[in-house]
Amino acid sequence: MKYVIVGCGRVGAALAEAFDNDGHEVLIIDTSTRAFDRLSTEFKGQAIRGDGTDEDVLRKAGAERADVLLALTEGDNRNVMAAQLAMEKLSIERAIAKINDPVRAAAYAELGIATICRTTMLTDATLGHLGLRPTGMPSVIAAVPHVHDHEADASRGLAGGAGVEPGPGTAPASSTTERRD
Amino acid sequence: MFVLVVGGGKVGYYLTKELIENGHEVVLMEKDRARAAQITDELGSVVVPHDGCEGKYLGEAGSNRADIVAAVTGDDEDNLVICQMAKHHFDVPKTIARVNNPKNEDLFRHLGVDEIISPTRMALGSIEQDIPVHELLHLAELDNDLEIIEAQLQADSPAVGRTPGDLVIPQECSLFAVVRNGVATALRPDTVLQEGDKVIAIGKADCERMLHEQLIGVGEDRRA
Repeated sequence: MKYVIVGCGRVGAALAEAFDNDGHEVLIIDTSTRAFDRLSTEFKGQAIRGDGTDEDVLRKAGAERADVLLALTEGDNRNVMAAQLAMEKLSIERAIAKINDPVRAAAYAELGIATICRTTMLTDATLGHLGLRPTGMPSVIAAVPHVHDHEADASRGLAGGAGVEPGPGTAPASSTTERRD
Repeated sequence: MFVLVVGGGKVGYYLTKELIENGHEVVLMEKDRARAAQITDELGSVVVPHDGCEGKYLGEAGSNRADIVAAVTGDDEDNLVICQMAKHHFDVPKTIARVNNPKNEDLFRHLGVDEIISPTRMALGSIEQDIPVHELLHLAELDNDLEIIEAQLQADSPAVGRTPGDLVIPQECSLFAVVRNGVATALRPDTVLQEGDKVIAIGKADCERMLHEQLIGVGEDRRA
């Protein structure tokens, strides 16, 4: 498997090493070379300095047709954009974005991006540890499987400006629809 | 018309000001409190001092009844998210995004942003128009990857002395007008092209290479 990781923070670096140790091909991108200090000296993957939301940078780094892209920078919107760029432009099958705003995380899962939400993850872990009832909000939200077929995209409303109107059944978290009023 | 502007930089400020002067209902979202207070002093209570990327605040600012959401912050990724949240979460009929990296225009359109404002592209267009290069000039970018381009024929261009019927034009592309001595006329199958003619074409971006070869000829470096 080939993994592309955008953002070499603690989570990005730890995952890069885990994939590397498992014998996978790893490409990790960060805007700061200092971030790569987090990687151990034994890391055999590629570490490239650049903006992971820039199509040219990702292409030049060889991210095209990777199996999975993980967008793990500290900016929710950067992660959203990197993930969408990966799927729409770089023929990457799966993209997972870290989105710490629970509302945005749920909304983007509806648009086909798998999201990880640290906010709900930590909240529920803490509540659970203290023996209190967790919120029950999903912290990892699986995306609607992405199809690399533009006609299919258009029919789902991802392409060409047609608005996506997910049915009530597809909303992964009930809290997202309340915001309409 | 109710317009929700997100981003209180120079673009957002003047946009809001102009819209108010034209009698529209406007709300401006600016997350920096100091900047928000400053704009409130100048334009009145039209400013919501919150981050428009947050679903909660975007809703509170009235996006569910906005006719247009214009995301004009300095960051492309923020503008994309604002437009997508507005479109898919609040059913806003029209979204407009400012795009700084021209490479993002196509992605944004593909992801459902209705209108793109690209200062970089505009400046680039003006610069291209001032330099007599042997290249295709991009006049406008349209939906569905279409663009309008202009090719100025040089003395050694292969199209000089020929008619559109003589040229091999890609299927997804059409030559529709010619500007000769400042006068624009429709291009007919029997129009004989001359040196200095500006041929206007519309087509998919990937037809460019073929058009370049047919109208302007192979580039200097490739000929050598």
